[in-house]
Amino acid sequence: MKRRQFLKSMTALTAASALPAPAIWSPAKAQSRQETLLLVTENGPNNLDIHGVGTNRPGYEASWNCYDRLITHGKKTLADGSLSYDRDKFVPELAEDMNVGDMSVTFKLKKNAQFQDGTPVTAKDVKWSFDRAVSVGGFPTVQMKAGTLLNKEQFVVVDDATFRVDFVKKDRLTIPDLAVIVPGIYNSQLLQKQATDKDPWGLEYTKSNPAGSGAYKVTSWKPGVEVVYERHDAWVGGKLPQLKKVIWRTIPSSGNRRALMERGDADISFDLPAKDFSEMKKEGKLKMISNPIGNGMYSLELNVVNPPFNNEKVRQAVAYAIPYQKIVDAAMFGIGNPLFGGKSNDVTMPVWPQPTGYSTDIAKAKALMAEAGAIDTTISFDLGDAVNSEPIAVLIQESLAQIGITTAINKVPGSNWRSEMAKKSMPMMVNFFSGWLDYPEYFFFWCYSGQNAIFNTPSYVNKDMDALIDGARAAAAVGDNAKYATDVKGFISKAYHDVPRVPLLQPYLNVATQANISGYSYWFHRQVDYRSIVKA
Amino acid sequence: MLTNILRRLVTVIPTLIGVIIVTFLLTRVLPGDPAVYFAGPAATPESIADIRKSLGLDQSLPQQFLRYVDDLAHGNLGNSLATGRPVVTEIVSRLPASAELTLFGLIISMVIAIPLGILAAVKQGSWIDHTCRIVATAGVSLPVFFTGLLLVYVFYFLLGWAPAPLGRLDVFFTEPPHVTGFYLIDSLIAGEGETFMASLKQLILPGLTLGIFSLAPIARITRASMLAVLSSDFVRTARASGLSSYTVVITYAFRNAMLPVITTLGMVFSFLLGANVLVEKVFAWPGIGSFAVEALIASDFAPVQGFVLTMAVMYVALNLMIDFVYGVVDPRVRLEG
Repeated sequence: MKRRQFLKSMTALTAASALPAPAIWSPAKAQSRQETLLLVTENGPNNLDIHGVGTNRPGYEASWNCYDRLITHGKKTLADGSLSYDRDKFVPELAEDMNVGDMSVTFKLKKNAQFQDGTPVTAKDVKWSFDRAVSVGGFPTVQMKAGTLLNKEQFVVVDDATFRVDFVKKDRLTIPDLAVIVPGIYNSQLLQKQATDKDPWGLEYTKSNPAGSGAYKVTSWKPGVEVVYERHDAWVGGKLPQLKKVIWRTIPSSGNRRALMERGDADISFDLPAKDFSEMKKEGKLKMISNPIGNGMYSLELNVVNPPFNNEKVRQAVAYAIPYQKIVDAAMFGIGNPLFGGKSNDVTMPVWPQPTGYSTDIAKAKALMAEAGAIDTTISFDLGDAVNSEPIAVLIQESLAQIGITTAINKVPGSNWRSEMAKKSMPMMVNFFSGWLDYPEYFFFWCYSGQNAIFNTPSYVNKDMDALIDGARAAAAVGDNAKYATDVKGFISKAYHDVPRVPLLQPYLNVATQANISGYSYWFHRQVDYRSIVKA
Repeated sequence: MLTNILRRLVTVIPTLIGVIIVTFLLTRVLPGDPAVYFAGPAATPESIADIRKSLGLDQSLPQQFLRYVDDLAHGNLGNSLATGRPVVTEIVSRLPASAELTLFGLIISMVIAIPLGILAAVKQGSWIDHTCRIVATAGVSLPVFFTGLLLVYVFYFLLGWAPAPLGRLDVFFTEPPHVTGFYLIDSLIAGEGETFMASLKQLILPGLTLGIFSLAPIARITRASMLAVLSSDFVRTARASGLSSYTVVITYAFRNAMLPVITTLGMVFSFLLGANVLVEKVFAWPGIGSFAVEALIASDFAPVQGFVLTMAVMYVALNLMIDFVYGVVDPRVRLEG
């Protein structure tokens, strides 16, 4: 008797837990769904301002869409039909006109440009913003430095609508550096009100309240959960975007992101793991877009200061012992451009990245190891990137054992990776680097030059190398193409012979969108630009 | 009664002091240097030193501890470096999400496990008893993230019955006006039936995941405790007196068997509150667990301390409450004793 009752109640409970989701939306909701983009990614921003302390990569995306730059890049269609920014074409964003002189560049601002709170944008705001970027320290200041934008005196207000940047010296990277995320234009009147003695640049306020003139304003931000944007209808930086609203949800589980896409509930899933990407592409239900990451590579980096890798022959032996093709196939599921197996380490083209002359050749590696004897060391990688780095590390470990190098794998938690890199004590590590500005000398400036920046993890310091890098930068600044090509070929060849880092492959940035989404474009900053996206 | 409560509360104080010291020390021995982390890429030694100073990490440990206790006394748990907001705000906004989910999971678990346990004891050795054993064993041996993903796969991906695992509400609903922070209750207060249904639907899969996981202890303890009581003299007397089996089992036996069940419920609840980190990750649930894990990854001390402290306080409060409930359930158990 009781049992029957109990079972009945159980059935009712089961039925209640299986309530179907409503299939029909009320018309208003259907309409808003039509004009709203639902974007899902693994991580969300920790700060909405790229000038902030410790802003993470997703934070760059918020900055990119909420602020305008004076200039931005044009677009081009790649061979596979996907869109990409055009490195060599600059178009006005907040400026309507750019006039490059011999030692300065002058911008005329668009007349009707206004911030999201309705205040007009003036040259004063531009100066204040650039002053902020070179003063707050940390990443923004270093990025400005990359374009030789060093001090406040370089930024001049000519009149309300005219702004000039004076050059300290000629540098080809100055103009491109004005189109990256950092030199955004901030609402100086608003932020000066928010500033305090401790925080003269209003960083506390912009952390969660964008104060820009960009196409999207943030209406709500719940850290770790979502960012909701609404269109700034008075935007003059370009063609008014189609999407009125963008909801960016953080979905940590990659399986769920995939399910959301395949069920058609999310519109874009950004930065997919290679495994999901290759499987989803095979299924063919969604639009799958994949672009090589410009000026970026996975490499195996060897500390050249300490034994055993202070010995060039040992480094070359390692470069011959890496199972390159296996890494591309097994770790990256075939999605990656090989940076190995080239004709020679003396390169003939001034392009970057390009294949080294190394390929898997255990016999050659053993011969190079002859004097060194057995080596016991560790191979480190960033746990934050375990999806890619861990299989790479395991494959390398396996292969190095064949030439007498036994390695222990050292998994470094994401929060420690940067400080471990800064110590420069890891003997061997799997790492990824990409430069925003897609020029070979820019990569080398960070990773090979004698300034020994944090990204120069091998601590490789070499006078000849510095001369080549400086030579290429100077030649580029004055447009001396012949000398530039010679120096670029020179420093690439030198890097491949000395091999402080062994290039492995150039990875791809993978995106899945529903069939009704178009206009997605690859950007150097590897984040989503909502402004060009169209939902049909 | 009041003095009893006060006396009991006084015994809580040393526990809390212990917790404060331990959390402080634990977060300090964590690997990772927050100053380096927050200085970002391309940091210079000077900028790292600046940040270390602004975080107060250049002071000695006792000094840092005094500062921490002083802040605590003022109700200040510090600022989360990763989100830039006060930890108190974060915890207050996230705790209801975790609590609602955990309570919901516990209720699902109770609704299934207690009747199952009672039936298993009454019909010992029957198919119900075996079902109880199998369900409990299976539930406890499946890791929660696995159950969660499996449920999502079946009910969302394959069948399409459950809504997208997108957190507490579908993206096109706005949250109800804040009263308790529990969406189910708040939406009822605001009279928003649609929102109530929407948040209920979001709760079902994660709630079920937690429920399945916690079935085992509740069902097994109910069964064991019922078995002990059912074989006792007063039950035999009651049966002999010709009382209906419902009265015997529920009124007499179950009430007497409830004490261990309540203890287990308390333990399971506090355990679930901490253990639902993985469920929160799978279902993108904006709860306190996922917040603490993210803070831990970023070596962000303040939220981790705040989390551990909140949990400890809740544990203590819960145990206190259970002690009082004992007295209500069984008059023989009084605090005095």
